[in-house]
Amino acid sequence: MERNDASLLKSKFAAFLESASVLDDAMEKDLERGSDEKAQMREKAAYEAREMLLRRRHENAVRDEQMLYSRIHRWSRSRGAVYINSLYRILAVLLCSAIIVCLMLTVLDMPPLGDALAPVNNEVSQRYIEKGMEETGAVNIVAGMILDYRAFDTLGESTVLFIAACGVLMLLRIDRDQNGRPTEELIAAEADDRHYEPKNDVILQRSAAVLTPIILLFGIYIILNGHLSPGGGFSGGAIIGAGLILYLNAFGFKKTEAFINFRLFTAVTFSALMFYALAKTYSFYTGANHLHSIISTGTPGNILSAGLILPLNIAVGMVVACTMYAFYALFRKGGM
Amino acid sequence: MTVFTYILLGFLIVCAVSVSLIKNLLTATVVLMGYSLVMSVVWMLLESPDLAITEAAVGAGVTSILFFITLKKLHAIEKQKEEKHGKE
Repeated sequence: MERNDASLLKSKFAAFLESASVLDDAMEKDLERGSDEKAQMREKAAYEAREMLLRRRHENAVRDEQMLYSRIHRWSRSRGAVYINSLYRILAVLLCSAIIVCLMLTVLDMPPLGDALAPVNNEVSQRYIEKGMEETGAVNIVAGMILDYRAFDTLGESTVLFIAACGVLMLLRIDRDQNGRPTEELIAAEADDRHYEPKNDVILQRSAAVLTPIILLFGIYIILNGHLSPGGGFSGGAIIGAGLILYLNAFGFKKTEAFINFRLFTAVTFSALMFYALAKTYSFYTGANHLHSIISTGTPGNILSAGLILPLNIAVGMVVACTMYAFYALFRKGGM
Repeated sequence: MTVFTYILLGFLIVCAVSVSLIKNLLTATVVLMGYSLVMSVVWMLLESPDLAITEAAVGAGVTSILFFITLKKLHAIEKQKEEKHGKE
C-alpha cells in the first residue's frame, strides 16, 4: 500500500515535470539551472514512470491474451463449433476428391508417351529439332531454345527471380541505424543466429573445405558448357549458390563477407540483367524481324560457339547464384 | 528398367502423401528433400537431364535449406526437442 502511494507520487511528479516543459522559458531555465540532485531526481522519476508504463502495458497485453484464449477455448466446446468442424472436414474431403477426379480424367485423356500423333509433335518442335543446331549453333537443343528462340522468356524468368529477391530483401532485411551502428534488433538477430550452432564444427569445416571447390567448379562447368551439354545458366547458378551456402554454413559470415557483400550483390545482379536485356533487345533497336545476328554462330561443338548463348548463360548464372546466396543470408540473419 | 521406374514412382507417391500427414515439420522437410532427389532421377529416366540437374540443386538443396532456416526462426526445431524431453 505504502509502495503504491510512493509510485503514485512519483508518477505525479513525473507528470508535473512533463507539464513543466510547457511552461515559459524562464521557468524552464530555472529548472535546468537546479542542482545536480534535482536533475538526478528528475531522471530517476522519469525512468520509474516509464518503467511503470511499460509494466502496465505488458500486464494489459497478457490479460487480453488470456481472455482471448479462454474465449476461444469456450467457443471450441460449444455445439455450433463442433458442427462447423465436422462440416468443414466433410467439405474438405469432398472438394479434394472432386479435384482428384478432375485431374485423373485429364490424365486419362493424354496421349501415350512418345506417340507420333500427339499434339506436341507438330511442325514447331520438328523445326526446332531439325534446324535448331544450324540456326543457333548450340549442340544442346534446350539451351538453343531457351536462350535463342525464346530468350525473352528467360529474361522474364531472371527478372522474376530478381523481383523475388527484392521482395525478400524488403521483408527480411534489418537495417543499421542512421549513424551506421547496429541496432538492437540487428544485434538480437545475430545473437539468435549463432545461438544454437556449433561454432567450429571440424567435420563440417573439413568436408566443406574439400567439397566447396568441387561444387563451384562443377557449377562453372555447367554454366560454360551449357550450350554443349545438359545444364545452363539456371542450374549452374543454383549449384554455385548451394556451394556458397555450404561454405557459409561451415565458416560463418565473417569469411564470406570478404568476397560477397550487399554492394557486390546489387552490382552483379544489376549488370548481368542489364547486359542480358541489352544483348537480347538488339532487334528492337534495329527495328526489324528476320534480323541476322552480327555474332557468328561458329562451329557447333566448340566452346566458343552458339553466338550469344554463352554470355547469356553466364549472365543468368550470376543472377541465380547471387540470388540464392542472398535468399539464404537474408533468411538467416536479415542481411548480407 | 520399367520395374525400377515403377518403384521410383511408387516412392514419389508415398513421399507426397506422407509429407502432408507427418506432424513433425522437420521430418516433413527431410521427406520432401527425398522426394526431390527421387524426382531428379525420374527426370533423368524421362531423358531430360537439364531438369534433373536443376531439380537436384534447387529442389533438394536450396529449398530444403530455406525450409530449415525458417523452422529454426520459428523455433520449431527446438520446441520439438523440448516436447520429447518432457515426455521422457
